[in-house]
Amino acid sequence: MLDLCDQIFVLLKHWMLGWPIWPESVKPLVSILLSIVPIMLVFAGLFAIMTVLERKGLGRIQNRYGPNRVGPYGFLQFAADGIKALTKEDVVPRAADKVIHFLAPLVLIVPVFLAYSVLPFGRNMVPMDIDAGVLFFFAVGAATELAVFMAGWSSRNKYSLLGAMRAIAQMVSYEVPLIVSTITVVMMAGSLSTVKIVEAQADYSGQWPQWHLFTPWGFAGFVLFLIAAMAESNRSPFDLPEGESEIVAGYFLEYSGFKFALFFLAEYLGMFAVSGMAVTLFLGGWTAPLAFLSWLPSWLWFFAKLMALIFLFIWARGTVPRMRMDQLMNFAWKFMLPMALINILAAGLWHFLPAGMGRWMACSAVIGIPYILLGRGLVGGKQFAKRTYRFAE
Amino acid sequence: MTPLICYMLLAALLFSIGLAGALTRRNAILVLVGIELMLNAANLNFIAFWRYSEHPEALTGVMFVIFSIGVAAAEAAVGLALIIAVYRHYRTTNLDQVDSMKG
Amino acid sequence: MTLPFAMIAVVTLSSAVAAMSLRNLVHCALCLVGTFGGLAALFLQLDAQFAGLAQVLVYVGAVAILIVFAILLTRGAEPAQQPIVAGSWFIGVAVAALTFGSLVVTVITSSAITSPAGPKLDVAGDVTVKNIGARLMTDYVLPLEVVALLLTAALIGAVIIAMPNEAPDSKLKAESSKLKKSTNF
Repeated sequence: MLDLCDQIFVLLKHWMLGWPIWPESVKPLVSILLSIVPIMLVFAGLFAIMTVLERKGLGRIQNRYGPNRVGPYGFLQFAADGIKALTKEDVVPRAADKVIHFLAPLVLIVPVFLAYSVLPFGRNMVPMDIDAGVLFFFAVGAATELAVFMAGWSSRNKYSLLGAMRAIAQMVSYEVPLIVSTITVVMMAGSLSTVKIVEAQADYSGQWPQWHLFTPWGFAGFVLFLIAAMAESNRSPFDLPEGESEIVAGYFLEYSGFKFALFFLAEYLGMFAVSGMAVTLFLGGWTAPLAFLSWLPSWLWFFAKLMALIFLFIWARGTVPRMRMDQLMNFAWKFMLPMALINILAAGLWHFLPAGMGRWMACSAVIGIPYILLGRGLVGGKQFAKRTYRFAE
Repeated sequence: MTPLICYMLLAALLFSIGLAGALTRRNAILVLVGIELMLNAANLNFIAFWRYSEHPEALTGVMFVIFSIGVAAAEAAVGLALIIAVYRHYRTTNLDQVDSMKG
Repeated sequence: MTLPFAMIAVVTLSSAVAAMSLRNLVHCALCLVGTFGGLAALFLQLDAQFAGLAQVLVYVGAVAILIVFAILLTRGAEPAQQPIVAGSWFIGVAVAALTFGSLVVTVITSSAITSPAGPKLDVAGDVTVKNIGARLMTDYVLPLEVVALLLTAALIGAVIIAMPNEAPDSKLKAESSKLKKSTNF
């Protein structure tokens, strides 16, 4: 019975594939469609819910209600936003490069959807189980940067171009710590396939899961991955390329109506995809956090962990101030890249030392001491004056 | 499967297109683009030969292509840095005007 | 010649021709991206998964962006005022045509191709990334280290070459360091 709940989508797909109305030659196509369409619908629905959740969450952090007019407690706001975006006039600047201006949202959305095909949503629920799954994910992530450039350049607007250049520089810089922190996981799991990485974390020692998060190198890798993921999807505190108070929405400035909605969709879907990858790599994918809870369906755990990470993203957006461009680049190249490389060293040590307390102390020291030294060293040189307050007299 | 000769003809065609572009265009960056096209055509040749070979488990073709991609990326980076340095001096990327050795 | 191969080949060739003959430099760079994508699809069709995905990651994700940045930094995005090809362009095209002719003649008459045994059909099981990694660490470890050294040298060299030569004005330097010391929040 529990097995039925767990595998319900797989069984549903096999049942639908077995209907006699499909001719044999069409069956592969039908199988592909049955895998893809639910994923697209689910994540588009998640995007819709998340826009409302984010605005209400940010509102509460800032001591106000979020949207609360449309629907019960404001939860139909996404419908109002969707109708507005779809019915707005599509304005294309006269001097814009029309072909590239039209293609940029498409070139952004297609790789983002492609990235979902290697995430394991549950037991046996991977759309495409290829041997180099993690590499595929990062390859299509790299393809999105070009679309950002196309959007910024084709608008023939100085602010757009500036925003696009900043966005590309930021995305390219943060791709390096993102990929290097993934290398530790791949090294310890022994494969680039996402299914095998989740299976390597599927054991329990007593009640406690053997996720990669609960090792020193896994924890450091998780933190690095999340920060780099926030920067990759241009999320606050790394949202200078689209900062509203500075360059008025940056590279998607000249887009209106449906194309703007597509950019928005692509940004949020990118965030979901990279959170899904973080869940797969570090948080054990679809496995339950405690052994006695593994009767709940695997896909439920995946989405629960995904929502937890999304909550973390929203929280970071509401709490941390925006970073300046040079601070951002310094952080990527001078702090995160050395930490990621040291993380690889710590993971190697973890593999070769015998299990026990000694291993924990050694690896934590290898990660912790450079962290403290780098942190102190990079901040140095700025003398902060004593804080003075001026009160009304 | 498509016969090997189709892949080879495609690679030869890509190579000649890259060569034609590298020899005729004036802008230095487009010469570099032509060179990248030629490298890619050679990579395609390697992979096609590897796939149709007697011992594909030796992975020779794939290894060569991995190294070739790495070297091509390094060469593109240095080449573009050189073009930027030349631009800073001559204020143009037109190869016909970059014609004197003395600064 | 199967249909997927024909479609991908047409896309790749047309993007390559467009990349070499368009007037606007940024359009050339974007067509080049199309060529790289087509080639990656061909690699994936030939069961070379790692090579195809590495092609997308490195060429589309890095080299194409480098080319685009270089075009923007050297004012190539403005419309070209002069004719786009060098004076003696027909010699270049003739040389390329000659090269193509000789390559085709070599390919068609070579005995290695006219007597094929057909491709081995079940290669996909051997071409795992694990095997590639094992080979990189055993048979090809020396080229691996050399390529690592080469990439480091290229990184440092590119930064040094593209850095501006002249030092900032000394007065400006003194002012900016004074400002830095008195930051108060």
